Parts: sequence; C-alpha cells; structure tokens
Amino acid sequence: MAGATARAEASAVRADAPHRARRPLGRRIGEAILPIFTALVVAYLFLPIVVMIAFGFNDNVGRFNFTWQGFTLEHYATVFSSQPRMNQALVLSFTVAVISTVVATTLGTLIGLALARYEFRGRGPLNLLIFLPIASPEVVLGASLLALFVSVGMSLGLVTIVIAHIMFNISFVVVTVRARIAGFNRSLEEAAMDLGADEMTTFRKVTFPLIFPGILAAALLAFALSIDDFVITQFTAGQTVTFPLWVYGASRIGVPPQVNVMGTIIFAVALLGILLWSLLQRRERTLRAGTGPGVGAGS
Amino acid sequence: MPQPDVRLDRVTKRFGDVVAVDDLSLVVEHGEFFSMLGPSGCGKTTTLRMIGGFEETSEGTIYLGDADVTDLPPFRRDVNTVFQNYALFPHLTIYENVAFGLRRRKIPDGEIRHQVATMLALVELPGYERRRPHQLSGGQQQRIALARALINHPRVLLLDEPLGALDLKLRKQMQIELKRIQTEVGITFIYVTHDQEEAMTMSDRIAVMRHGRIEQLGPPEDLYERPSTDFVAGFLGVSNLIEGEVAGRDDRFAAIRLPDGTVLRAPSASVNGAPRVRVGVRPEKLRVLALTDEASSAANGLNTLDGVILDASYIGVSTQYLVEIASGQRLVVYAQNIETSGAAEAHPDGQRVRLTWRPEHTFVIGAAPMTPSDEQPEGEIHA
Ligand SMILES: Nc1ncnc2c1ncn2[C@@H]1O[C@H](COP(=O)(O)OP(=O)(O)OP(=O)(O)O)[C@@H](O)[C@H]1O
Ligand SMILES: [Mg+2]
Repeated sequence: MAGATARAEASAVRADAPHRARRPLGRRIGEAILPIFTALVVAYLFLPIVVMIAFGFNDNVGRFNFTWQGFTLEHYATVFSSQPRMNQALVLSFTVAVISTVVATTLGTLIGLALARYEFRGRGPLNLLIFLPIASPEVVLGASLLALFVSVGMSLGLVTIVIAHIMFNISFVVVTVRARIAGFNRSLEEAAMDLGADEMTTFRKVTFPLIFPGILAAALLAFALSIDDFVITQFTAGQTVTFPLWVYGASRIGVPPQVNVMGTIIFAVALLGILLWSLLQRRERTLRAGTGPGVGAGS
Repeated sequence: MPQPDVRLDRVTKRFGDVVAVDDLSLVVEHGEFFSMLGPSGCGKTTTLRMIGGFEETSEGTIYLGDADVTDLPPFRRDVNTVFQNYALFPHLTIYENVAFGLRRRKIPDGEIRHQVATMLALVELPGYERRRPHQLSGGQQQRIALARALINHPRVLLLDEPLGALDLKLRKQMQIELKRIQTEVGITFIYVTHDQEEAMTMSDRIAVMRHGRIEQLGPPEDLYERPSTDFVAGFLGVSNLIEGEVAGRDDRFAAIRLPDGTVLRAPSASVNGAPRVRVGVRPEKLRVLALTDEASSAANGLNTLDGVILDASYIGVSTQYLVEIASGQRLVVYAQNIETSGAAEAHPDGQRVRLTWRPEHTFVIGAAPMTPSDEQPEGEIHA
C-alpha cells in the first residue's frame, strides 16, 4: 500500500514537472550502473591474476596449460624441483633486484636529500634530469645502454643488468624520497642540533626515522620494478637469463604450470608487502597528525 | 656586578639584497629576561637564529660570555631554543623528547630519569613521560618544548614567540608561568615577540626593533614613559604628539613653544638639542576640566591646552575623549571613571575644555616625523 502511494506521488511529481524529474532519473540510472561498472573494472584488473592463480592448480597434460583439466596441488610440490633453469633465473632475478634496490635506494635517498635540502649549482637541471629515465621509453633506454656497454667493451651479463636496473631505479627512488622530505619540518633538525646533536646524530636520530617510511616505499617500488623488468633487461642481459626472460622464452614452447605457481607466490609476497606498507602509513598518519600547531609555518 | 651572557657586536645579516639585521650591537646581562619587540619582518627571528647558530652572520661577532661563537654550529653553543612551532620530535615519547639533550651528553640512565622527572614537575606535567607529542594540547606541547630546552641548563634560553599559537587566556597564564620558571631556574631568557603587552609584562629590558636595528632599548617603564622616537611611542600604546620649538631650559624643565604661542614644559633630560621637536603625552596622563574651573590649574605648574570635545565614548573602566586643540590637532584622552558613574556624567560633545597634565609626564622626540613606510614594515629594505 505504502509502495502504491509512493509510486502515485512519484508519477504526480513527474507529471507536474517533467524537466525536474529527468535529473533524479539520470541519477537513478547512474546509481544502478555504478556498482556494475565498478565490478567490471575490478574484474578487468583481477581476471588475469585469477587466471594465473587458477591455472597453477590445473592438472594439465602435455606442454600447454591453456585449458582446464582438473585440480591438483602437484605443481606446488614440484615448483622448485621440476624446472631447474627457472630456479636459476629466479635466483638471478632476486640477486639483481636486491643489489639494485640497495644501491639505488641509498644513492637515490642521498640525491633526494640533496635536492630537497640544499641550494647548489645545477640543482634545477638535475631536478628535471632525474625524470628522464622515468619519462623515456624503456626500449630506447635499453638500446642506448646496450650501445654504451658494447662501445666501452663490457661483456653483457649480471653486472650490466645490475647497472641498468640501478640506473632506472634511482630516478624512482629520488622522486619518492624527495616528495617525502618536502613535507618534512626543517625545524625538527634544528631542534636536534640545538640540543647538542651533530649532523650525523641528527640524521640518525631525527631525519632518518622520519623519512624512513618514504625510503621504504621507494625500496619496495625499486624492488618490484627490478624483479619484473623485461625490456631493459633483454637488451643488457647477453646470455644471462632472468626470471622474466625465462618465462618469455618458455612461453614460446609452452608455459609450464610452475610458472603460474611462482607467479602466485610472488603475488602473495607482494600483497603482504602492500599490507605491511599500508599499516605503516596508518601509523605514520597518526604521528603526523600530532606534530603540533603551526607545523611548517616557521617564521 | 652582572656579567654579560650574550654580546652582539655590530652584527649584520643580509639575505641577498634584503638587510634583515643591520649593524646591531647588544648586551644581555646574566639572569636577565630580555625581550626583542618589533613589527613583523624587523629581524627579530633572524637575530635569535644567529645567536642560536642556525643562521650565519654576514658581518659582526657574537659572544657567549667571553667566547666568540660566531662560527660555531648550534650543537657547540651553550644555548637552547624554544621554537615557535615547538618542534617536538613526533616519533619520540615525551620522555625521550625531554631526555634528548642529556642523551647527547651521555648522561647515565638513572640520572636522566631523575632529571626528566624534575623537569616535568617544573613545567607541571608530571606523569606524561610515555605520551607522544600529538597526544598533548598546544599549551602542554609548549611546556614540553620548554622542559626539553631547560633540562640542559643552557647559559641562555632563546624563545621565538613561544606563545604565538596559544589562545589569549592560555597566553596570559603561560606568561606568568614562564616568568615564574625563569625566576626559579635563573637562566637568561631572550624572548622574541611582537606583542608589546607580553613584552612589558615579563621583561626586565626590552629592545624595540625596526628595520633590523634597535630603535630603543631599556626597561619597559622607560620605553613607555620616555620613548625616544615616534616609532617606539606608537608601538607601545597610544600617544599624543604635538610639534613645537625649544624655547629655553633650566636644570629641571625645558620650555617648548607651540606655534600658537602656548608654552609646555617637559623634563630637561628628554631634550637632546634639536630645536624643532615633538612633545608627547600618553592619553591616560591627561585630565579634562570644563573651562569654568580654569582658575586653579595653570597656577599649579601643570601643562595646559584648551580645546573642544569632539567625541566622548564611555567604555566602563574609562571614558575616551577626542579633543581638538587650537592648532586643529586632535588628542586622545583616557579619563579613569573614578568619580563618575555613567555616560551621562561625561563631558558632552562640543564642550570647551582644558587639558592638564604634569610636566614630568611629558616626553620629547627630536627625530624626523614618521615615514609612511611604517604602515608596511614588511619587505622594507633599510640600508
Ligand atoms: N631565509 C631567508 N631568506 C631571505 N630573506 C629572509 C630569510 N629569513 C628572513 N628573511 C627576511 O629578513 C627580514 C627579517 O625577517 P625575520 O624573520 O627576522 O623577521 P621577524 O622580526 O622575526 O618577523 P615576524 O614577527 O614576522 O616573525 C624579513 O624581511 C624577511 O623577509
Ligand atoms: Mg619571527
């Protein structure tokens, strides 16, 4: 009954002012579409990952792993034993990622500090130049690096891959860390020095702990970028095979399900990292919320 | 015999073309509560930061006691600072914030614990050790910033508008608190503010600054009663200034003749030789008499000026009059409502009155008239 009344009222309104009824109607359609639209986008984003995870459990026959043939956990049991070349490639990728992350994070943090803190000649150009590796196409970067390595007579391999990865990672680290330092209250460091801490102690006790979340974010980003880099690595690897290169090679003769399993494991680790990160961010926000009135408004 | 704690000798600071501090010399005595007062941009913070070691001097020398500290970094100077925004370390507990200075000097843990407790008691926040800065109110953070600085027993404590972020009531309360603590610990305070009332309440001496220079320096009372420039007279409250010429002087008083022939007297000491001067008097020193009882006043050796009431506003504790004198100039008068009890008893608009005041309450300014630039002191370059 109530429904009928409401409907009657609604139609009355529509009859009275048709032009006014149009907007609510549009909005109603919008409200109905929005969840569907969102669901589609989410599906679009996650479907590949779901497929990857699912086919890690596929009891496939033959070289190919493209059609569902039944559930098995076997590939998880054999992930490290059945594909020795994949293991080697994985170890190599991790080595490259760890080294390039550590070096790029250290150098990038220092450059970020310098750029955010000090006035020096060439600071403006450097600020722009740091974006170049981010902005230029990977193919071009890779090709140029290859040309460079060949012309100076370096043999391609682990060393050249690491150099290349450090190169593009530094830019990302600098940009991340610099943003973090820009929001940093300078008077905290002055306060530390005022209380008797020399430059080194000030950095250890105040600056570093406060910009650490930014550095950590930069390191995670660098690691992620390095571990799955394909294009630049392809150019600079020579005969060396990293995990992405191996997967690419394998896919031409049929992807073994162990790749899916490996992918799932890496995905799980990354997910964990992200969770950890957002927890840190939340703690951070409560810290930041309370640095007192007038923060950053030094006179 | 007091010995100087801080001495600035002809210190100048330039930022590019801007002269923030201009050839400034200054001596602060031991145990003194010394304030630097002035409008925005006059160089107070810059001066303080040079004493603290956060800003290099362009010229000049800074001494702490006998030692030249001009080129020492902040961590080698026996001074501590209370920053305007407190600058408490957000990642450390209150305990670790307060203990920060002691830790740098490798004081043993037991001793630190004892001293932190003492300090927190002094600033009346005992038991707050385990909190974080963001869990404290503005006033509490301010106290912790003070405790964090004072625990090091510095030779000098620098405070840059430490109460600027607090509301008026808390400000008043903290002013008294700060003064109490300063008396208790006996440390020299150099206090920066642009609030003249705040400076007057707490300071032993005040330096009024303008365009990177000290305009006048002295105890609050001197600055208020005997300002030596227009700027100081105007910055510390309202004043009436009347132009005139020095007509003669004896040991006690100088006679100053106004253009209309009226002669006013002012303490001889306040006249410095310039022939054309301005005579000043604070509004609360003036008495308003209806012209009918004129007989008594002139004979008593008071300064007198006749005028017409333009406006009277009753504001409870006093009545403010605007009086136009013969020259057409308008003077402000604050009359305490001691015997009157309501607006009805005030002198009505248009009434002819006589203003009287004691010659001792008169001050004389010999300098050039105020420049228009004083309206916007910020960004002014004063070479
Ligand atoms: N780092 C800087 N670079 C350039 N100019 C500066 C710098 N710091 C201060 N100044 C200039 O120096 C002058 C004095 O500044 P200062 O901060 O000492 O003023 P203040 O008296 O503390 O003012 P306020 O009451 O507004 O805090 C101003 O003109 C200011 O613009
Ligand atoms: Mg200031």
